[in-house]
Parts: sequence; structure tokens; C-alpha cells
Amino acid sequence: MAAIELSGVVKHFGPIAAVDGLDLEVPEGICLGLLGPNGAGKSTTMRLLTGQAIPDSGELRVLGHELPGDSKAARLEMGVVPQLDNLDVDVTVEDNLAVYARLYRVKDVGAAVDRCLDLARLRDRRRDAVDELSGGMRRRLLLARGLVHEPRLVLLDEPTVGLDPQIRTELWTLIGELKSRGTTILMSTHYIEEAERLADEVAVMTHGRVISRGRPADLIAEHAGRQTAEVYAPPQRLAELRASAEQQGLRVRPAGPAIAIVGSERAENGVIPEDAVVRAATLEDVFVLLTGEAAE
Amino acid sequence: MRRLEPAAIAGVMSREVANFRTYWKGTTFSSVLEPIVYLLAFGLGLGATLVDEVEGVPYIQFVGTGMVATAVIFSSALPAMFGTFVKHRFQNTYEAILAAPVDIEELVTAEMLWIALRSGIYGCVPLLVTFAFGLAPAWGMLLVPFFCFVTALGFAGFGITMAATVDKIDQFNYVTALCITPLFLVAGTFFPISGLPQGVQLVAQINPLHQLVELVRGGAFGFEAVDIARFAFLVAVALLTWRIAISRMGARLID
Repeated sequence: MAAIELSGVVKHFGPIAAVDGLDLEVPEGICLGLLGPNGAGKSTTMRLLTGQAIPDSGELRVLGHELPGDSKAARLEMGVVPQLDNLDVDVTVEDNLAVYARLYRVKDVGAAVDRCLDLARLRDRRRDAVDELSGGMRRRLLLARGLVHEPRLVLLDEPTVGLDPQIRTELWTLIGELKSRGTTILMSTHYIEEAERLADEVAVMTHGRVISRGRPADLIAEHAGRQTAEVYAPPQRLAELRASAEQQGLRVRPAGPAIAIVGSERAENGVIPEDAVVRAATLEDVFVLLTGEAAE
Repeated sequence: MRRLEPAAIAGVMSREVANFRTYWKGTTFSSVLEPIVYLLAFGLGLGATLVDEVEGVPYIQFVGTGMVATAVIFSSALPAMFGTFVKHRFQNTYEAILAAPVDIEELVTAEMLWIALRSGIYGCVPLLVTFAFGLAPAWGMLLVPFFCFVTALGFAGFGITMAATVDKIDQFNYVTALCITPLFLVAGTFFPISGLPQGVQLVAQINPLHQLVELVRGGAFGFEAVDIARFAFLVAVALLTWRIAISRMGARLID
């Protein structure tokens, strides 16, 4: 049985289709990265899965429960780690966890709190108010709160957005531990590296639907080939190179002050200048090629 | 899973209790000090200079028993309005709670119950303070916390409804000016409504605060048969605002 099954799900906000015919299946025990630019429909998908948005049409099933009708039963077995920190800042670390243990009907609240304190490595800060914690500690606590009832499925909504690299790495370690225990994870992110490191499979989402899905390495091979050449030059020269590469059927994308010629191993007749930086193709190449160049 | 699960309601209320433990001193201080200030200003000030007795009751005791309603509205409607708005708009608290197995009905019920419980206790403070000004204890007063609780349920439902209706926090100024202040002034706290124009007297009859004032005075000085109708009215208001609050919060929190 799949942990999550979405079929033809549509959700409009006024004239805007936030989710537009979304089909998505997440098998049990994997970590699926939902990768997409801002406005792709990732957060709306997360809200649909927690019953906080009702679809206009389509079918949703989570852990065998039909949504939205049976959403409450699904939420009992599901943990959610939100994008925004919504901890109670004046309340102690342990009380924050205890409240959610009760909301999730955990029988032994004390044991659940202790387990989460260990998970978040905050046992010695248990009686401190959340306000006194560092940003990294708060994020670890937020993650642990979502796991207080040992859920079968965890939704991580942009779990490391806006965090510095050290904190991000800490959280990746915790999410990795969760994966190793066989918990099913659906993780929305727009950080390519996060998806590459943590996700068994990646679904690239844009304009409210999944446009490609597979293991990161397979997606790279399928859409970007083996190599990407980054060329730094004045704008006029970059425009000429871009035209030449595209004449050969190569795909080119902007990369800050440079252009990236994707699949450069197939280039002929000196299209790739000698001073180009040639590197292995990445999921970022795939992401930009599939979702477009312009930021929304 | 069934509707209105006690475990879900208790879970939401436990969050409120955990938060309350961090700010109870300030809230309790103001809840005790405010009626004392009002009693001194109106009861002693007016009582000593302009008014001796009202309806056969010393003015300070008349005001003291009426102040119960003031304490109830200020400890229920205002926290419900501002607290709900802040938790929804700024703290994203409800997003986290609704991701757990809690539905809107349980969330609103728990919030209303918590506010009403607090208000039921704080509402009694003016009565206790008035003992110091000669009010004699009466058995009927034991019902006052219960009257306060039921009235506060209605005002909590009203406040939550307003929080789910306004778009910006400063729009509460309209609610306060157009609803809270008039209700507070025509409750019969500081003067009997029998002195008001006929039309205003009629309006006062549908003011829950006025009904609470009359019930509290009934508890202190003797109940009348009409008090059963007064209490039934307060229960009806609580039920009505409960359902409206659930509906409005559902529209606000569920896309």
C-alpha cells in the first residue's frame, strides 16, 4: 500500500490553480523530495494532505484514509514539520513537546517527551523557555515535536528554509536517522542539495503538477546528460555561444554571470571554449531546465 | 474518529494552561486591581458625593456586584479577539494544532472553554473585593462563577468570531467601539437601566452583560423567577456564538 496517493487533485485559489491535476504516489518507507520553485504548489499539497485545504476535485488517500473525510484519522498517524517555526516561545521545551504528545493521544507523555528531548539533543535544556534556545535548537525541537507520536509518515515542509549551513547539516543528520528507521517521508523543498542528499526519489513540481519523477541520478542522466560546461564571458560572447550550442540541440541555461551548457559531452566543433569550467551534471541543471529560468 | 473528542479538547486546553503559567501573574494582578480601582472611583467617589443607595442597596455594593459583568467581558471577549487573531495570524499556532488530529470544532470548543474557565474565576474577584465594602455573603453567590462561566462562553464565541472575521488587528477598534463599550455601558453596572429611555431599555434586555448583572445581584440580594429566563438566555447566546465561531474559524483556517 502506498502511504500517499493523490489522483487528479485540483485546488484553485480564485482564478489561480495552485494544484492542477496532481498525481502523486509515495510508497511506504521512502523519502520523496517534492522539488519545485516558489509557487509550484508544494505548500498547498502539504495543506491538502493535512486537511487544511479541501480539493476542488480529485482523490486523496493517506495511510489508507480517504481525505478530507477521514483526515483526522490520517493525521493521528502522520507527523508534520512546518516551514515556519510555530513553537510556543514562552513555554518550556518539555511543555511544548508534552502538549503535542497529548494532542496526538500519546499514552505515556513523559516517555515520549524524554525520547524527543534525546532526539533533539535538548535534554539539558528541557526546562528552558523556547525563546532562550538558538535557531538550530529551535529547529531540532520543531522536528522532534512532529515525531512525538512516532508517526508512520512525516511531512517536512521546507525543513531547512532560511537556515545557515551548520544548522541545515544538523537537520539533515536527524532526517537521515528518521529515514534509516523506515519512516515514510514527503519533503517539500526548493533546495536542490537537500533533495539530492536526502531523497530516494525526487518529484519535480511546477504549476501545480509533477512534471518529472525518479531517482536523482536517473533524472540527471535523463534530462541533463553527464556533463555541464559553465562559460564565463562578456554578454555578447555568451549570446553567441548560446546560439551555437542551441543550434547543435544542446540546452543552455543562465548560471548567474555565466551560461551553463547542459549535456556538453555531446558538443561538437569547439562550441565549448577551452576556458569553460566543465563539471558533472547536477540536479540543479535538471531543475532549471524543467521548471524554467524565470523566478516567480 | 468521532466529533468533539475530550482528548483533543483537553490537548488544546493543555497548551493554553502551559502558556498561562508564563503570564498568570500579570493577568491576575490586573484582574484584581481593576475592580478595586473602579470600586474606589465609582463606589466611594460617587457613593460618597452623589448617590447613597440604588434600589435599596448601598451604591458601592450595587457597583461591586455589577462589576462582575465588567470583569467577565474584559477577561473573555478581549482575549478571545486578540488571542485568537495573534495565534492565527502571527504565531501560526492553529496551523500546528490542526496538523494534529484536532478539528475546528474541537479547537474552538477548547478555546472557548479555557477562556470561560478563566473568566469564571476572574469574574468573582469584584464580588470578593466588595465583601471588604460591607457586602454580606449569601448562598446564591456560589452560583456566580457558574453564571460568569456561561456568559464568558458567549463572549469568547463572539471574540473568536470577530477574530475570524477581521483582516487586520486594528479593526478590533471598531468592534470595541461599536459592541464592547455599548454593552459595557448599558449593562446596569453603574446605574439601573430603568432610568434609560424605553428603547435603550429594550436593547439592554438582549445584552448578555445586563442579564449577568441581574443574576449576580440575584445571587447577592435574592433571586426572582425571571432569573431562570435570564440564565436560559445566556445559555442560548453561548450556543449560538459557539456555532458561529466554529463556522467562521472553519472558513478562515481551512482553504
